[in-house]
Parts: sequence; C-alpha cells; structure tokens
Amino acid sequence: MAEREQIRKTPSRSDEKTVEETPANSESGEKLKAELDDLLDEIDEVLETNAEDFVKSYIQKGGQ
Amino acid sequence: MAIPKIVGVETELGIMVRGTTEWNPVSASSLLINAYVGSEPGSLDERSTPVAWDFIDEMPGADAREFMPEFAMPPEIETHLVNAVLTNGARYYVDHAHPEVSTPECRDALSAVLYDRAAELIAIDSMTAARSALPPDQEIILYKDNTDRKGNAYGTHENYLVDRSLPFGQIITGATIHFVTRQIFTGSGKVGTELPGTTSEAVPYQITQRAEHFEEEVGLETTLKRPIINTRDEPHADSTRYRRLHVIVGDANMSQVATFLKVGTTSIILAMLEDHALLRAHPLADPVRAMHQVSHDLTLARPLDLESGKKMTALEIQFDLLEQATAWASERGLASVGEETGKLVLERWERVLTGLQSDPSTVADQVDWLAKKRVIDGFRERHDAGWDDTRLRALDLQYHDLRPGKSLAARAGLETLVDDEEAHLAKHEPPSDTRAYFRGKCLQKFGDSIVAANWDSIVFDVGDDPLRRVPMLEPGRGTVEHVGNLLDESDTVAELLAKLGA
Repeated sequence: MAEREQIRKTPSRSDEKTVEETPANSESGEKLKAELDDLLDEIDEVLETNAEDFVKSYIQKGGQ
Repeated sequence: MAIPKIVGVETELGIMVRGTTEWNPVSASSLLINAYVGSEPGSLDERSTPVAWDFIDEMPGADAREFMPEFAMPPEIETHLVNAVLTNGARYYVDHAHPEVSTPECRDALSAVLYDRAAELIAIDSMTAARSALPPDQEIILYKDNTDRKGNAYGTHENYLVDRSLPFGQIITGATIHFVTRQIFTGSGKVGTELPGTTSEAVPYQITQRAEHFEEEVGLETTLKRPIINTRDEPHADSTRYRRLHVIVGDANMSQVATFLKVGTTSIILAMLEDHALLRAHPLADPVRAMHQVSHDLTLARPLDLESGKKMTALEIQFDLLEQATAWASERGLASVGEETGKLVLERWERVLTGLQSDPSTVADQVDWLAKKRVIDGFRERHDAGWDDTRLRALDLQYHDLRPGKSLAARAGLETLVDDEEAHLAKHEPPSDTRAYFRGKCLQKFGDSIVAANWDSIVFDVGDDPLRRVPMLEPGRGTVEHVGNLLDESDTVAELLAKLGA
C-alpha cells in the first residue's frame, strides 16, 4: 500500500493520464485513433517534400 | 553489496547540411558546437575560448579482459577536434564525423532521462545558433538516430559504474542476455534492412536501428565488427575499485519511457550481478544471431535457441529477468539504483512487458518502434502505400529529426517523464548528486581559472603558481552534500583549493 502511494506521489504527468485512461478502453482507443488522424494530417504537411532526394542524400560517415 | 549505479548516456547525432552540396561533416559538426558554445548564456560566453577537454587519462585501448587481442583496433582519440565541457557537467564534442553529447554522470535512470532530454535541447539550440554562422539559404539539421540506413552506423552508448571485484565473465553472461532481449522495448524501429544477404521484402520493418550492425559477442572495437559486449576498460574513476561498463548495443530513443527503461533495467541487472542474484541468465546458443532475430521478429513470438537446447522468446526471458529483479529488490532493496526510481522502473518494466504480450498497440505511446510503426501504418493505409514507397523511408528518418517544426517523434503522442522546463534548466545546471556537480559548479563560478577538465579531474590556473589538478576519482563524491557549502563559501579559486586541501 505504502509502495503504491509512493509511486503515485512522484511528479510524473503520465500517472494522471493513466488513471484517466484505464477505465475506458474503447474510449481511449477512439481517442488514439482521432489523434492518429490529426497526426497524419500534420505529417502530410511537414513531411519532406522530395522523399526520394531526402532519403538518398542522407549519407553519414560511420561512427562508433 | 551492489554499488551505486551511476550512469551516463553518450549520443552521436546524424548531421546534414541543407542548401549546399559542398559540406563536410567534421567542419559542420565543429561549426555547430562552436556556435552553441559561443551563444551559451552564463560563464561560458564570457570566456574567449571554451574550457577544453583534458585527454590525460583517456586509454581507449585498455581491454577489460586484460590482454590486447592481436588484431583489435582500439578507437583513436581525436584531440584536435572541438571538445567542450558544459556548465551542466556534460561534454560536447566532435567524434568521428558526428557531433556528440555525453550527459553528466547521473545517479539514476530518471536523472539520465532528464539529461538526455537536456542534450536534445542543446542540439536544438545548436541548430538555431548555427544559422547565424551560415549563409541564409543553408541549414544544419541533426537527427537523433543510429544509421543512415545504407550500412553506416553511429552510436548511442550507455555507461554504468560497476564494482571492479565483479569478474568480467559474469558481466558478459548476465548483460548479454539482457542486451539481446531488451531490444523489444528499447528498439527505435527501422524501415528495411542493412544486413547483407537479407532483403527489404523479407524484412520491411524491424524493431531496432543498431542490431544488424553487431557481428561479435565480445570485443574492444566500436566502429567495425561491433561486439555485443564492449570490453573497453577505461573507468574514468579509481580503477582499483570500479569499472565502467561501456554499452554500445542501444538505439537512440526519442521516447523518454524507452530511455528510462533502457537505463533503469540495465542498472538493475548489473546491480543484481554484483549481488550474485541473477540465478537464471539463460545463455543463448548464438547471441549475435539472436540479436538480429529479435530485431526482425515483429510478432515477438519466435523463440530463441538457448545453449541448454531449450527455446524461449525474448519476451519470456524478459519476464523471467523481471521476476528475478523483483525478488532481488524485495530481498536486497533498491538503494543501488535509487529507491524511488528503482520502484518506478520495476513497475514500468512490468507494465510495458504486459502490454507487449497482450496488445502492443497499448504501449505505442512508450516504445519507439511501435510509435513509429503506428505512424507508418497509418500513412500506408491513408495513401495506399506499399512498403517499397520511398515516403516510408522518409518518415522513418524524419521521426528522428530534432527540429521541433519537423520532428515526427514530437508529434507521435509519446508520453513524457520529465518537464521541458526542468530540462531547459538542466542544459546549464549539473545534477546535484554525483561528481558532475563539482565540475559544473566550478565551471559556473571559476570558469576563467579552469584550464581543462575531464571526467575525473579539473585543472586550475591559480596565477603565478603551477597549474593545479584536482582529481575526482570517486564518481559519487563532489555532490552538493559534499562540496555545496565549500563552493558557496569560496570566493576565489585559491580559497577553494585551500579548503579542498589540494
């Protein structure tokens, strides 16, 4: 019990989120899907325009 | 009794210059770091030159197996390149052809996450600072990844303080099984394959960036024929008491939870080895093959061949390591990995393994390869794109783009464990609970009198006297508790050195 309380006390934004999301799985599933749709809209906007050139020109010297 | 698992993370960043074809990665990395150091608020911008790294104790050729294999290639030290020490205790330098940030020494996994995030913010600030040093149509872009997907890899290394009395052979056995199987939550994901003889049709997407670049089980090399266990024996501390386990198998993580688990679980495994509490290490029949196999198996269901002739999946092995860790924690306590943080690691380890077992999509906000795959799968569905579509490779790369306006990881809904406000402070402020505190605070307060610094010493110039080197061979000393008052009460370097008895 004490252990559980201590874990909750740590300053992590994630804890609150988890508590909110756990009870309603389908709800969180829909929320995730809506988020993904927004993300894909955004990706279409920010994705490098010439994918072919971009990928081809990414050449690195080997490191460690 | 396990010793404190002091830890640091070093990240080599991918670098590109946009707007010109005439660039070279070494000069671009130098320009970038110089631009950052020049723009740094606080003690550094008042200096004509940044504090230089001191190479006196670097011995990259020393081998933990206590012999030098005939054909081994120890890494070279490049002393002529830009090499700065920051006021948070970190090192920022050009390594090979990449900018590299080494976090200061951290006391636990949560602190490592904070300073890893601070390192990302330093990289972001550096890109901004570099713009004013470049023609307006040019830009330096940094990627926090580990490969150009064309066979060239670069590292994200972890370093752990380990008791010298623990035989290296035991580290090899215990760490290898964890390094091969932890990939299921530490992998950052990669479109396609770089393994000779394997095609992208057979492996359209895999769990890690790095696994395919490993060819040996144990060795000293880091740039070719990379080994799962790196034997570099360079403790940067009292070598009679400590070693530093230099871990080169990890991926660069965008997910803070992944970094937390990577560092947290490995700290626990090493502490367990020191306590002789890893009773079932499940030696693998062929660790290198298993490393590739785990990375290629998105189902997490293909069993690995064990030396004993039995078979277990990476997930089953991880669950058994967790079970042993939980038993160890209740018997021996978590002081060595930080009481509070250790509990959070165990809890999160269980949560992520359970998610991976029951429904991996539930941990796509915590595990990079799943977060990236979610984006790629969504994109494929929306644009009816096949795995050979180049845009998927662009997505893969752009996931790691550190520019806030372009980073896909920053848009992938990843859970965060540290506040950015705190991480911005951590760009300048050292951790208070390792020797990095002494290094960082001395730089802040007496920067003008410091000639050079490295992990385990600082060299002061006190005017007419000869230069004075202050050794810091105990990574757990030099904390705010040890030297906070002493630093506060010293107005000059001479006073500080007198109080230290140096």
